[in-house]
Amino acid sequence: MTTAIELDQVYVRLGGHNAVCDATLVVDPGEFVAILGPNGAGKTTLLKAILGLLPVAEGGLTVFGHPPRHSDVRVAYLPQRRNFDPGVRIRGSDLVRLGLDGHRWGFPLPFLDRRTGAAQRVRDAIERVGASSYADRPIGEMSGGEQQRLLIAQALVRRPTLLLLDEPLDSLDLPNQAAVAALIDDVRREGSITVLLVAHDVNPILQYLDGVIYMAGGHAICGSPADVITSETLSNLYGTPIEVLRASDGRLVVVGHPEPPAVHSDRHEHAH
Amino acid sequence: MLTEPRLTWNVIADVRQLFDFPFMVNALRAGTIVAVLAAVIGWFMVVRRQTFAGHTLALIGFPGAAAATLLGVGVLYGFFAFCAAGALVIALVPRSGSTRFSEESAVIGTVQAVALGAGFLFVTLYHGNLNGLSALLFGSYLGVTGTQVTTLLIVAACGTLFIAIVGRPLLFASVDPSTASANGVPVTLLAVGFLVVLGLTAAEVSQITGALLVFALLVLPAATAQALSTRPGRGIAIAVGVSVAITWLGLGVAYYTPYPIGFWVTTFAFVAYVGSLGGRQIVRTVHR
Repeated sequence: MTTAIELDQVYVRLGGHNAVCDATLVVDPGEFVAILGPNGAGKTTLLKAILGLLPVAEGGLTVFGHPPRHSDVRVAYLPQRRNFDPGVRIRGSDLVRLGLDGHRWGFPLPFLDRRTGAAQRVRDAIERVGASSYADRPIGEMSGGEQQRLLIAQALVRRPTLLLLDEPLDSLDLPNQAAVAALIDDVRREGSITVLLVAHDVNPILQYLDGVIYMAGGHAICGSPADVITSETLSNLYGTPIEVLRASDGRLVVVGHPEPPAVHSDRHEHAH
Repeated sequence: MLTEPRLTWNVIADVRQLFDFPFMVNALRAGTIVAVLAAVIGWFMVVRRQTFAGHTLALIGFPGAAAATLLGVGVLYGFFAFCAAGALVIALVPRSGSTRFSEESAVIGTVQAVALGAGFLFVTLYHGNLNGLSALLFGSYLGVTGTQVTTLLIVAACGTLFIAIVGRPLLFASVDPSTASANGVPVTLLAVGFLVVLGLTAAEVSQITGALLVFALLVLPAATAQALSTRPGRGIAIAVGVSVAITWLGLGVAYYTPYPIGFWVTTFAFVAYVGSLGGRQIVRTVHR
């Protein structure tokens, strides 16, 4: 069986320095894997390399046994996201539709729709994420959780086998984080999709994870959550004492995270 | 043949009177062409939030026209050349990733200031008559020639064809650039192409409304349409309808009154926009 994603001593350079450094890891088909780590650790860069948006400087990177191809239809990507501005007066369902055929030339004409199955595919994807009741409202008027569900529908409408999500839970409140995490897991099981998800906080997705990739300064270690998120492994990765505490409800708390303060301001810009 | 405009109670006779004069026929032709193009491009401009860029491109037309007058070339060509060049400058000035939008505003503002300064210089050098200046800035419908109508039609056809070909990926790149880019949409290339078409459109609209009032046709019909519909196809159709209607009304009323066309088109556009906002509010209240 071919692996979904395989990295062998991969280096990715970004603006003159190694954003990903000697990363070796394997993700099997159908697995739910989280990429964790502080800001600036190279998480998004790793995703972009897997997408074929950034070139691999050294080492071997394969997606389903082949080098990554830009705009591969089997790979769907949810970029790290700010919310849509309230003034964006485009219907949610139109946004989902753009995920299906937005890359094709031409102009969207409603009367050409009836002959193709495209409209049905869009409805199915929206139904799948439970957004049917509000999908025809302007996307800018929706809540963060509603927007995120429609963006997942937009990714699913291409019927991918690999789903890459960059911090999809970040702009959501806690109940919505749990609901969207459960939805992603559902979608993965139902469609045997491999899911790679960049997260800031492992707790909302911890119960669904098959593996984690922990990154620090471009270096990555991967394994099961129980093996990787430990005081010893993380202390080795960061080269500084790190303590992993387990709360009584099973939640993990990582203490002593070296968060580079400069990157924080950058994150706020994205949040707008 | 009538020598001066005279409004009667017979509407059909009034309208027929408009078509008695070749200059009025040309003005209506030019106005219709410009109105259609402005609505289509304007709709995308509003979705892309590039109204500041659109305004600047229109203002760049002013020194273009002044320079053309100074050189004795057709004013229309001055508009087209400067607007297209300005669009390329705004599109191609390199800027870094995350601060793109604030830097873009700075570049656009700079271009706008330089352009207006140069325009004023050209007008001074020409010792220009003030009538010509106010027509450049606030619009005029007199003296549109058949050749100009043909030129306007060709440019408008190119602009509309551009949207017919790239409309869908352009919409994707406008509302959701990062996903569009991951799905294989050439986001940067489309942005440059759109700015150039926007520049040409601003140049065309300036012919009717003048450089300062292009928003009457570029923004207001599009904004009206966005208030009334969230569907792209329907929205653009509404924008075209509103734009053509206010242009015809503006031309008709300007013919029968001593007041300038720029004022009338702007006023009718404003009424349409306020009406659409009011209509939306009523619909919302009824739905609740």
